[in-house]
Amino acid sequence: MSSLVSPQRIWWRTPLSREEKIWVAVSVLWGIFMFAMMYVWGSFGKQEVPLETYRVAPETFQAKAAAFASQYQVGAENGIPVVRPPPGSDAYLVARIWQWDPILELKKGATYRLHTSSVDLQHGFSLQPGNINIQVLPGYDYVMTITPDKAGEYQIVCNEYCGPGHHLMVGKIVVTE
Amino acid sequence: MTTAIDSVRAEKPGFRTCSVTGFKVHMPAQRLIIANAVAAVVFLLIGLVMSVLLGLTRWEAVHLLPADLYYRFLTVHGTDMLVFWIVFFEVAGLYFGGAVMLNARLVRPGLAWLAFALMVIGAAMVNIVMFAGGADVMFTAYVPLEAHPAFYLGVILFAVGALLAVSLFLANVIVAKREKSFTGSVPLVTYGLIAAAVIAVYTLISGAIAFVPAFLWSINVIPEYDPATYRVLFWAFGHPAQQVNLAATVAVWYALATLTTGAKPVNEKLSRIAFLLYILFINLASMHHLLVDPGLTENNRIINASYFVYLAVVGSMIHAYSIPAGVEIAQRSKGHVKGIFQWLARAPWKEPGFAALAVSMLIFGFIGGTSGVIQGTLQLNMIAHNTLRVPGHFHGTVVGGTTLAFMGLAYYLVPLMARRHLVGLKWAKVQPYIFGAGVAMLSLGMIWSGIAGVPRRTWDITPSVAVSVPAYPGAEVSLAITGIGGTIAAVGGVIFVLIMVLTLLKGRKMENA
Repeated sequence: MSSLVSPQRIWWRTPLSREEKIWVAVSVLWGIFMFAMMYVWGSFGKQEVPLETYRVAPETFQAKAAAFASQYQVGAENGIPVVRPPPGSDAYLVARIWQWDPILELKKGATYRLHTSSVDLQHGFSLQPGNINIQVLPGYDYVMTITPDKAGEYQIVCNEYCGPGHHLMVGKIVVTE
Repeated sequence: MTTAIDSVRAEKPGFRTCSVTGFKVHMPAQRLIIANAVAAVVFLLIGLVMSVLLGLTRWEAVHLLPADLYYRFLTVHGTDMLVFWIVFFEVAGLYFGGAVMLNARLVRPGLAWLAFALMVIGAAMVNIVMFAGGADVMFTAYVPLEAHPAFYLGVILFAVGALLAVSLFLANVIVAKREKSFTGSVPLVTYGLIAAAVIAVYTLISGAIAFVPAFLWSINVIPEYDPATYRVLFWAFGHPAQQVNLAATVAVWYALATLTTGAKPVNEKLSRIAFLLYILFINLASMHHLLVDPGLTENNRIINASYFVYLAVVGSMIHAYSIPAGVEIAQRSKGHVKGIFQWLARAPWKEPGFAALAVSMLIFGFIGGTSGVIQGTLQLNMIAHNTLRVPGHFHGTVVGGTTLAFMGLAYYLVPLMARRHLVGLKWAKVQPYIFGAGVAMLSLGMIWSGIAGVPRRTWDITPSVAVSVPAYPGAEVSLAITGIGGTIAAVGGVIFVLIMVLTLLKGRKMENA
């Protein structure tokens, strides 16, 4: 008898040994524990996957973001507007090949609703340092409610391949005291 | 032991009796197994060459390739390794498990050759388009990133061929049962392969559902293809494809444990239930690719990516117990009973199949499996998504696990089917260790880099023209480990390919075989 030939006729009556029962029970219980933890963390954790999403035409999102940028623009860097939205407001971040637009200036401790969407291909929002990663798709406005808790300069790296200039797609968020 | 029935069967035209295993080998099945295995090795070799170039590019200090070639070769590497090498080898394994192991004929060799032709044409089309620069879109080809229509068409042709081959395998098991080629239940290894085949059917159908609209979109028949819909459909193909590999890998583990130590299944019922858990739950778990996508509810994310994935993981936990336990019992029955670990110390570590089994299980479980469960956690996925942690995980599963297990099986399968002695046994004995050490370094280097935030599929992580340059602490070290590990693994892979090619061409012919 081996795993390469047919088993004896009545193989399904072989009882489980004690060790097998313990092993399976521990595996199942650990699975249940981890399953429960996701809901527990969802209620008590401080950093959660954003859930708020809207369908949006890329042109509409582009227009909204442009209006937002011109309203709160405080400067420009490398041709990209630097925008300082008031605390508590909605901020817009456009992903396009191969830049993040605009550069945002946020205030530490203030809460913002950060809308992200793409106007062309799929992109990946990766905040560094901090390592927060979400997917950015054209046609979908993904809203993160964020409260920066540390001042400094953060990079937004694109981590979804988006063509030959993908590695050049780095944006910036500045958090001020 | 030769019974009257056996000798009658052996005389059947078109069959031979294998002198090593005693299986009745149907000659058309044998030819198809060799053809599919050879195709598999060809794509493995292409993928291996790419892997060295890619590893030496991500190693920042070397940074070998220019950007456009890096992205092109990454697409080639992913597609040839994840799809063509593995699926061709799986088809070879299916014909072995569905015909040879059941002492049965292959039902429709003509259709099996048609399936092979479709797969070769599809794979060749895809490779030509990729190398010509018409599909720099990665293995995932996320719309609206567009490839040449021939890319999608090639994938569809390959999938149709593979679906035909899988259907033939399932038909073969049924016909073998009806013709009484075997009695009672199928062997455990065939059972595992049936599980892989069932998962393959819905995987390949999902692939068609994802890629047919992509093809139509690329030739402007349909104007728009929603990217979120594509991602759901693509991952209904992309991840279950890896679960086909998982089920096939575990089946191969059971086979290798039996071939190298004489291990028997400890409990047929439990092992078979574990395969059933794969079939029932693992396809829904593919939603974990979308954990940080816009548009899904929290319950959807959690139920699919935890509840269902854990039920499949319980299946893997059962195999992780049953296979070593089977080996231990077999070893103890041979008299290696001293202390707790003499059975392990006296295991046939110099047997290529056992080395491959042990290293493959260790890397699959401890690097691939654990990292997968961790990254599949909703909240933790946010710090892992699209970083190098992800390829770190699946190089542990698909390369350290599946590929190494398949290599281990090939050391037995190819000589038996080609009726030639293995060339370079000395090299085969160390190859699993070289390959395994390389893959372990590669995977851990990638996971470490990903924890530091390094993105996957990115040619340069510190671009000089950006408005701001990220710093990834420790990444220069972890990416060097990745590059060196990848190169060592590729050396191990090339040793395997050379052994296979030389065995097929120059191996000493087996007598009476």
